[in-house]
Amino acid sequence: MTNWEPVLLANVNRPNSEKIDTYLRYGGYEALRKALKMTPDQVTAEVKTSEIRGRGGAGFPAGVKWGFMPKDAPVKYLAINTDEGEPGTFKDRLIVERDPHSILEGVIIASYAIGAHRAFVYIRGEFFLGVKRWIKAISDAYQKGFLGKNILGSGFDLDVSVHRGAGAYICGEETAMLESLEGKRGVPRTKPPFPAQKGFWGKPTLVQNCETLANIPHIILRGGKWYSSIGTEKSKGMKIFCISGHVNSPGNFELPLGTPLKEIIYEHAGGVRKGRDIKAIIPGGSSTPFLTAEKINTPMGFETLQAAGSALGTGAIIVMDETTDMVEVVRRITRFYVHESCGYCFPCRIGGQRMLSSLERLAGGKGSKQDIEDLEYVAKGIYGRTFCPMGTGMAEPVLSGLRLFRPEFEMKTAKN
Amino acid sequence: MKVTINGKRFEIPAGRTILQAAQAKGIYIPTLCYHEKIGALAKCRACMVEVKGSPVLNAKESPVLLTSCNTFVTDGMEIITDSDRAVAAQRFVIDLALSSGNHDCMICEKSGACELQDAAYFLKFEDKDFRKGDYPANIDDSSAFIRVDHNRCIMCGRCFEACNHIAVNGVIKTIDRGYTSHIGFDDNLPMGESSCVQCGECTQVCPVGALTDKKSIGLGRTWEVKQVRTTCPYCGVGCQQELHVKDGRIVKVTGMEKGSPNKGRLCVKGRYGYDFIYSEDRLTVPLIKEKGAFREASWDEALDLVAKKFKEIIVKHGPDAIAGVSCARSTNEDSYQMQKLFRSVLKTNNIDHCART
Repeated sequence: MTNWEPVLLANVNRPNSEKIDTYLRYGGYEALRKALKMTPDQVTAEVKTSEIRGRGGAGFPAGVKWGFMPKDAPVKYLAINTDEGEPGTFKDRLIVERDPHSILEGVIIASYAIGAHRAFVYIRGEFFLGVKRWIKAISDAYQKGFLGKNILGSGFDLDVSVHRGAGAYICGEETAMLESLEGKRGVPRTKPPFPAQKGFWGKPTLVQNCETLANIPHIILRGGKWYSSIGTEKSKGMKIFCISGHVNSPGNFELPLGTPLKEIIYEHAGGVRKGRDIKAIIPGGSSTPFLTAEKINTPMGFETLQAAGSALGTGAIIVMDETTDMVEVVRRITRFYVHESCGYCFPCRIGGQRMLSSLERLAGGKGSKQDIEDLEYVAKGIYGRTFCPMGTGMAEPVLSGLRLFRPEFEMKTAKN
Repeated sequence: MKVTINGKRFEIPAGRTILQAAQAKGIYIPTLCYHEKIGALAKCRACMVEVKGSPVLNAKESPVLLTSCNTFVTDGMEIITDSDRAVAAQRFVIDLALSSGNHDCMICEKSGACELQDAAYFLKFEDKDFRKGDYPANIDDSSAFIRVDHNRCIMCGRCFEACNHIAVNGVIKTIDRGYTSHIGFDDNLPMGESSCVQCGECTQVCPVGALTDKKSIGLGRTWEVKQVRTTCPYCGVGCQQELHVKDGRIVKVTGMEKGSPNKGRLCVKGRYGYDFIYSEDRLTVPLIKEKGAFREASWDEALDLVAKKFKEIIVKHGPDAIAGVSCARSTNEDSYQMQKLFRSVLKTNNIDHCART
């Protein structure tokens, strides 16, 4: 087992890790001091050099996104996405609760780089402790002069506030999050215009996941070159993998991108329960397609998982052993997405419910061959044709379930 | 911009969407949520077409499936609205809409002007092509002029936009989310108990029979009525209306979408207050009072009498002995003529308007 020195999770197991004094004792806010001596363009260039890709699920290169922010716009915003809702994902929660200052430092550096003087934290409403920790971290940072007017004598001003979500998965989608932040119903917007052109209150806005931002201080301190030396060709840096399901020790493990799935499951997560074989693995949160046990040597990177027929998503690995009923798994995941569909576009709203009805009949042993056919027809109809990517995320588990485990679906109809 | 639609070449001005371009050239693409006045909501996903040869859409070589309502035409674009793939995508959405509501065309007021019906007909739907679910009529009959059937509603979002962003009454809301989402009034009250002022903008944009004009129910099918354009008789704004006339009687009133100043909007009086036309008490000819009793007269006789009396008064007491009050129900143009008559012809400044006092 390779033991990597943790970068993002270096702080989380220290006593009182959430306190600003602890953070400062271990070199906190040094990156901010360094960044404020650089020009904003130099900071962005360093992030570009690091080749870090967004950790929220889509994997868009962060430096490129920062570069999209118009330089001459008088008002710009930064929105921090802490609306972690993808089933199987629990990495942001850990950082927010145990090391909020690492994100906040990234927030201040990012705001400085893009020229934003107002930043909003959009946090999932159920993260009660996370909300408290965010608010405490922000007020402590104000007291120490890391926030407010003239930060550390640099002349740069920044105000940060926390906004709690009201319990909608879709508000993790960046444009729906901005709608919600504006006090409206959480429904995605048409893209283009992208948030970098027209975001919060119609002004250029950078939306970034909090794990991405937690990486920024390390990139500034140790340099973009150091960061890009970790990982695979197209997936750089350290990543927190959330592993759950039928493994002996589930949890968060920080490893370089490109670590093989097998190593994460068997060496870090203690292997499969009762020594059983693996039937299926979800590698990046419930909206990514299933992988079978044959693909266990796949390195956990954006491009490698894509080649294997899935996606890295949020890096949430769900392991299912040989005893798992895959029809039931697909039904459960679909139920989640149907419940979370905002109802804006037709395929997701109506198609999702239709898939769920078929799946309920199949899982309950009352399904027919026609249910399987209709399930496939509807999932294909939804795939890629919805207003926002959530519809595709809803269709992926169904389509990959049918592709890889079709006999299991057919078994369920045997009696009818 | 030179584009090809279904193999035919067209010249389309820049800034148009594929749907607008196709509609302008008489090519039908099924759509349920797009309305000219509201713009692209991209909600129903029925207007899918295949697009090729566009550098901005990563569709240089192989065609991609896109919603035509919010995709702008680019030079050299090839658009196919009737390929197998496009038609399958269009049919999928119509199937979903038909399979999830109370689409009782036979007795629906909207039959013949229903955009869901049109799309299903155009796409050659047969009975076996969709599921008939168990969706009983879910009617909200609480308001004075508008009948709401929630189960005919396909949640296209037009009424929401119309109520919130066109009429700006802010009554219609989206309640709940996902499959159970539905339109609601204020905090999900029955329409009659909500703050709705019954302007009827929502019934005008509704593509299906979910929001219908109560007063028109059973009075005439859409293909039986003749449309007559007129100016609203209620106030000086002069809204342009379309009267739907069957056998010489108005069965329904809608706003002229293409007419200024209202661009389709009407108020409750203009849209629903047309009963006075058929009132027994309505004056239809001028009346002259003689010895305490009215008698019918011709317009010439009545106007001559008024002119004669005015002249007598002016000669005897001067022009300022006369004053004019213009009626609030006359149009702006009529009120202008009225003050012109008083100021230039009768030479008095005693002119006012009843809505000002």
